Amino acid sequence: MKFTLKVWRQKNAKAKGRFETYRIDGISPDTSFLEMLDILNNNLIREGKEPIAFDHDCREGICGICSLYINGRPHGPDDEITTCQLHCRKFKDGDVITVEPWRSAAFPVVKDLVVDRNAFDKILQAGGFISTTGIAPDANLIQIPKADAEEAMDASACIGCGACVAACKNGSAMLFVAARVSALAKLPQGRPEAARRAKAMVAKMDELGFGACSNTGACEAECPKGVSIAHIARLNREFLLAKIQD
Amino acid sequence: MSLSGLFLLIFLALHLALNFAALFSRELYESVCEFMDTNLLVQIMVPVLAAGFIIHILFSMFVEFKNWTARPRAIAYRVPNKSKALGWESKYMFVLGVIIVGFLVLHLVNFWAKMQLQHFIGGEPENAYDLLIALFKNPYYCAAYIVWFAALYFHVSHGFWSAFQSIGVSNSKWLPRLQFLAKIYAAVIFLGFSAVPLCVLSGLCG
Repeated sequence: MKFTLKVWRQKNAKAKGRFETYRIDGISPDTSFLEMLDILNNNLIREGKEPIAFDHDCREGICGICSLYINGRPHGPDDEITTCQLHCRKFKDGDVITVEPWRSAAFPVVKDLVVDRNAFDKILQAGGFISTTGIAPDANLIQIPKADAEEAMDASACIGCGACVAACKNGSAMLFVAARVSALAKLPQGRPEAARRAKAMVAKMDELGFGACSNTGACEAECPKGVSIAHIARLNREFLLAKIQD
Repeated sequence: MSLSGLFLLIFLALHLALNFAALFSRELYESVCEFMDTNLLVQIMVPVLAAGFIIHILFSMFVEFKNWTARPRAIAYRVPNKSKALGWESKYMFVLGVIIVGFLVLHLVNFWAKMQLQHFIGGEPENAYDLLIALFKNPYYCAAYIVWFAALYFHVSHGFWSAFQSIGVSNSKWLPRLQFLAKIYAAVIFLGFSAVPLCVLSGLCG
């Protein structure tokens, strides 16, 4: 397969970026999108040019580090997968593919296609944890209804990639925060701190410049793990109840 | 914004119920208007309703501005955001709101200012039924009125379930139910409000 790639190039966080066009040929349909970028980078290095910087790590769809906006969609033209799981067979031979960094003011570009997602870490540091003390109970001592455990595990599927923020026209991080709040609030270990957690994480999200949720559902549609916006309702409920209790 | 939106949804249902009086007879519609002009609770609720509209509009402007600042501007993105959404109306709620407010002003000038407002300022109100018939005999006014409620249909079909979602009264079971109810409620509002001008225009009433 051959493709024309229009890629966002930006030397550093302060430099002015631009699109550059590259042509690549002889790509197998079974090549992953990131492998195609590897091949392109090898070609660029051979030509003495600067390779394209992009985030990648596990390449198994679980680490949440890959973050490309491909033809106007985070993680590209497929549903419930990360960019590393996207393959060239999803494109047509001769396609023009535009590759851009994540879209959000809270995720500034570091270089080329790499963005700074430390804002997510700061939200987690604000309250996305359990800090209760006491002796760890024996396994199965606290009984958890299966439905609650399932819902908590569904929320825990979030890999923190930021596709929800990038997909949202408002640049809102509600699905990410909701997934963390929901995963912990549905389990007995996380329940004692649920109110404090919801308030702290929402406050930090607002402070970091993420937008407000207007329930477009784009976050769920583009989430590589299919985390439901029903968790956002739980976050709103936890937050409002916590504020009323204040 | 969700609470003011839910308050306005209740008002829409009440307004629709009162509008239906015009479909039955002149006397019934005039007696309903008389009740609205003299009932103490209604007099109290008029400024509350106005406050509901103002809060909803101001909050939407605040949220729209906050969301505008959250969008990246350093990069000239070439491809428009093609992320899937639940419906196009969910992405254009503010635009739909601006359209609705524009027609609302027209509606207030044409109806409310000549009817209930006159009671508040000691003026001489026009006959409500005659006013309604005269305006809805104009096909252009009818078309504009129906376009207004078409915009409201899309606004409500997202706003209804979105409001419940925002106040936390939703979950994985109720989310699809509320989305379905939103479509029904929006359709009832659109069809109900469109019925009066269409009946007048077609000569079925008046």
